[in-house]
Formats: sequence, structure tokens, C-alpha cells
Amino acid sequence: MPDAIPADSVGIVAPQTAQFETPLRLSCGQELPSYQLVYETYGKLNSSASNAILICHALSGDHHAAGYHAMSDKKPGWWDSAIGPGKAIDTERFFVISLNNLGGCSGSTGPTSINPENGEIWGENFPLVTVQDWVESQARLADKLGIQTFAAIVGGSLGGMQVLEWSIRFPERLKAAVIIASAPNLSTQNIAFNEVARQSIRRDPDFHDGRYLSQQSVPTNGLGLARMLGHITYLSDDAMGSKFGRQMRHEEYQYNYGIEFEVESYLRYQGEAFTKRFDANTYMLMTKALDYFDPAAATGGDLAAVLKRAQCEFLLVSFTTDWRFSPERSEEIVNALVKAGKHVSYAKIEAAEGHDAFLFPIPRYMRTLNSFLTRVGKSITSEAL
Amino acid sequence: MRSDLEMIDEWIQPNLHVLDLACGPGELLHHLINNKQITGYGLEIGQDDLNTCIEKGIPVLEQNIDEGLQNFEDHSFDLVLMTHALQQFRRPDLLIDEMLRIGKECIITFPNFGHWRSRLHLALKGRMPVSDFLPYNWYDTPNIHFFTFQDFERLCNEKGIKILRWAAVDGHLRDHWWIRTMPNMFSETAIFHITR
Repeated sequence: MPDAIPADSVGIVAPQTAQFETPLRLSCGQELPSYQLVYETYGKLNSSASNAILICHALSGDHHAAGYHAMSDKKPGWWDSAIGPGKAIDTERFFVISLNNLGGCSGSTGPTSINPENGEIWGENFPLVTVQDWVESQARLADKLGIQTFAAIVGGSLGGMQVLEWSIRFPERLKAAVIIASAPNLSTQNIAFNEVARQSIRRDPDFHDGRYLSQQSVPTNGLGLARMLGHITYLSDDAMGSKFGRQMRHEEYQYNYGIEFEVESYLRYQGEAFTKRFDANTYMLMTKALDYFDPAAATGGDLAAVLKRAQCEFLLVSFTTDWRFSPERSEEIVNALVKAGKHVSYAKIEAAEGHDAFLFPIPRYMRTLNSFLTRVGKSITSEAL
Repeated sequence: MRSDLEMIDEWIQPNLHVLDLACGPGELLHHLINNKQITGYGLEIGQDDLNTCIEKGIPVLEQNIDEGLQNFEDHSFDLVLMTHALQQFRRPDLLIDEMLRIGKECIITFPNFGHWRSRLHLALKGRMPVSDFLPYNWYDTPNIHFFTFQDFERLCNEKGIKILRWAAVDGHLRDHWWIRTMPNMFSETAIFHITR
């Protein structure tokens, strides 16, 4: 709980809900007749509606990116370190929008919502939405908020994939794209990790073929296990080593399957905590969205050909110890952009935190983001004059 | 702009697609983008330089040139530039090959260690020269190859590289007749425009 709201915080914020009645045709062929998206905004939209930044969240993120919902909150939003007055994504300059994606479990229509057709909880039957579907729905949210063109769209990991999709799908609707610790598609190893996560959920006896909510149960073991696996892959070997090493719970080995090493306790805690805030069907759906994303597939793998139509400036950022979305994967996007002759800058940030680094306020990372966005902001102001 | 940059600016046609290797804070690219409608990228690894480029809106990529340039396609740029940096890389000869693979033409500038003052310094004092332009000691200098105007010319000849034009200037960009006559002796900076 903050004793007082820090000066560089956006303060107390309240989520809003947008209702959409125009059917959304999804990549999978199904159609959502109506749906809602929950979102938050920080800062003020200027009179020409040209200073908006869209934040796209990753696997387990949501609309609550910055500030606090109440003074009793233990923690601020998931990217509070980067969003706020005077921060890298400066809310004094920009109007920042952060939403919970379709299929999420924090208020937007998803597996925990009621299917209007039969009055039952969607559960596993909620259609598998893709990055393309998200971008389409985000564009509709932008329409509703009166934003024709974003100053920038920013996202890390799965969020970065959405930014990349935006640049291809709606090239005229963004001035700048910031793609952090992301990839043009998932590596085989990543798909494999996702499959283990899904299987651990599906094989939990409490999963009930995805209808666990109507059975008043939750596949906590499976979801917890999926999260534990995820956690290991988001951190670097070094980061885990320096955080826990071989630190033991007891002075002597216990020679049993209880907790011997602190890292075990940490993982169990992380797994369990996650099951209290996240829905298993949403988790599976998000991993599928990751697996399916591959914008270059349409051109036989030629990402540069697909990116030809992009019009925005790009900033790519990667982290040295990230092995889940390694710098080489970001560089694939960079190289394709160079081949397509696009305006792109790229920074490879020295960081120990692995994939998780994109959520940390690493000084050089924050400075890079801020320098890029400040100039984008200035070029918008000078255009308006 | 640094004097050698002003000099090569005169040689660069508008509307080219340019790759600037070790672009530093991007002075030259900034000038070329804004005044000559040039497109392209800088490559850099210095954190402050990278940030300066990003602040100014110059497309810049963090890439260690010593680790290779294989990610750039053959003749994908009209011009590949390298100003005052060739002496800092592990294998300048291979780097020049790479530059001429990626670019149709290259402009390279480097400090001429054959300058009379360097020679005199080494001859009389018996120690490696330290000057305003190259203000490093032998142990902390990023310059790991010391070569002269003539050395470079010879390398081009050996490799069958065509020298389109060259300039040899002193520290103040003055291009006097005596420098032109004896560039290896009198130039502080050598500038070569080359192609295959």
C-alpha cells in the first residue's frame, strides 16, 4: 500500500468498459456478436487526438498498467515503472491507453464471461482469438475513443507481436511502433514450453474439460505448474542464481520432497499466487495466440515483404540474457525492416533479468524508450502547429 | 561537423541509401538525412552515441561490427561510410571486403600515421605519438591498427579495389599543394572513395 501516491505516479485510476455491438469476425472463422473491453487511460488526450499511446499487454498482463485502484493496493499496475508523469512513457505529454485483451480474465469478454447464446460460462469454448483479432478489436476501441492515429503503440513480448501486427494491418494508424523483447513468431522451443503449460492445465483433474467454473472448481495444480514453468523460462540462469543460489530452507538436508531449496519455495509461491488472479482457460488461450502468430507465413516466410507496407518508425529493444525471446529474434525483425528500407532503431540492453527484464526500470532501457518517445511527441507537436 | 565529415559531405550525392558504420552521435547522417534526403542507418555500440541518435531521430542499430555484417545483403546500399574507425577493428582488410559487398561504393576516412609529426615523435622521442586528434596512450587506445596513407593505397591495389578519388588534409581540413604532392607525409586525415 502506498502511504502517499508517489509524485511520478498517475495516481488513483479507475477502469472503464467499452461495449461493442458490431460483430467481430475472428481468425478462427467464428464470430463474436458482441463483446466488451475493459481499459484504463492515463494523461490527457489533446485537442487533435494525436498524442495517444496504446499499450499492448503480454501473456499474463491486463489493463491495469499504471497507478493504483485504491490506497489499499499493495502494488501499482504492472508497468508503473515506465508509465507516469516524467517517466519513460510520459503521461504529461501522452494520453496512454491500456486495455485487457479479448479472451482475458480481467473484465474483457473471455472464457470467464457468459456466452449469450446459451447463458453458460464460455470456459474452454471461448473462441481462440489471435493477435490479429486483438489488433482489430483494439482498433475499434480507438475508433470509439476518437483516435484515428496513435502517436505510438508499445508492447513487450506478446505485446510486441501486437505492435508488429498493428504496423502491418493498420499502417496509417500509428506514427511509431515500440517492440520490446519480442519475436516475429515463436521458436519451436517456445511452442514446446507452451504445450507443456497447456498440458499441465488440461491434465489437472479439476480442469473438467475447461468447464471448471460451472463445476465450482479451479485447476490450481495445473495452472500453478504452468506458471512455475513459465517463471523459470522468464528468468535467466544468472538471475535465478544470484537471487537464490543454493540457499536452503533448513540447515541440513531433510531427505524428503518438502522444500529444501529456497527457489522451490519461491516457485511454489509464484505458482499458487497466480492461480488466485488468473484464469486457466485464458492462460491456455494466450499461449495459443503466441503460437499462432506468424505474419510472414502469408509470404512464405518473407517478413521484409510483409513489412513493406508499414509506414511508422520502429524502435526494437532486446535484452542480453533473454533466452525466451532472445536478441537474435528481435534482430530478425530489425533485419527485415532494414531490408524493407524502414525507419528503425535497435537497442540491445545489457540486463541480468532474462525475459522479465522488459518489466524492470533498467536505466538505459528507460532512457532509450524516453528518448525515442520524446522525439515522436515533439514531431507530433510540430506537425500540429 | 568534424572537418573530415564536411569534406566527404561534398562527395555524397543526394537521395542515396547509406550505411554509416560506427556512426558515433550521428552528425554526418543527421546532416545527410536533413539536407540531402538520404535514407539509411548508422551502426554503433556506444550507449551514449546510440541514445543521441535516437534522440535526434536517426535510425541507428546496436551492432558490433567486429562480429560481422552478414545480416546486410549484397549491394543493398548505395554507399557504405566509415569515418575514423577502420583502425579500431580487428581485421580492416576483411571489413573493407564486407563494406564493398554491402555497398556499391564506400567512403573511408582514417588518421594517417605516416604524418611527419608522428614520424618525428617516434623517431626523436622513441615513443608512440599522442596528438590532439589521437589523444590516447598506447595501452588504452581503441586504435589497434596503425597504418598510413600509402598502406591503405597499397591494400586497395592488392585487392583490385578502384580508388574513385582521394583527399588528404591537415587537421584543419586545409588541402594545400604540399599535402596533395606528398599526402603520406603531410596529411593528418586520409579520405578514400572506393569501389570494386
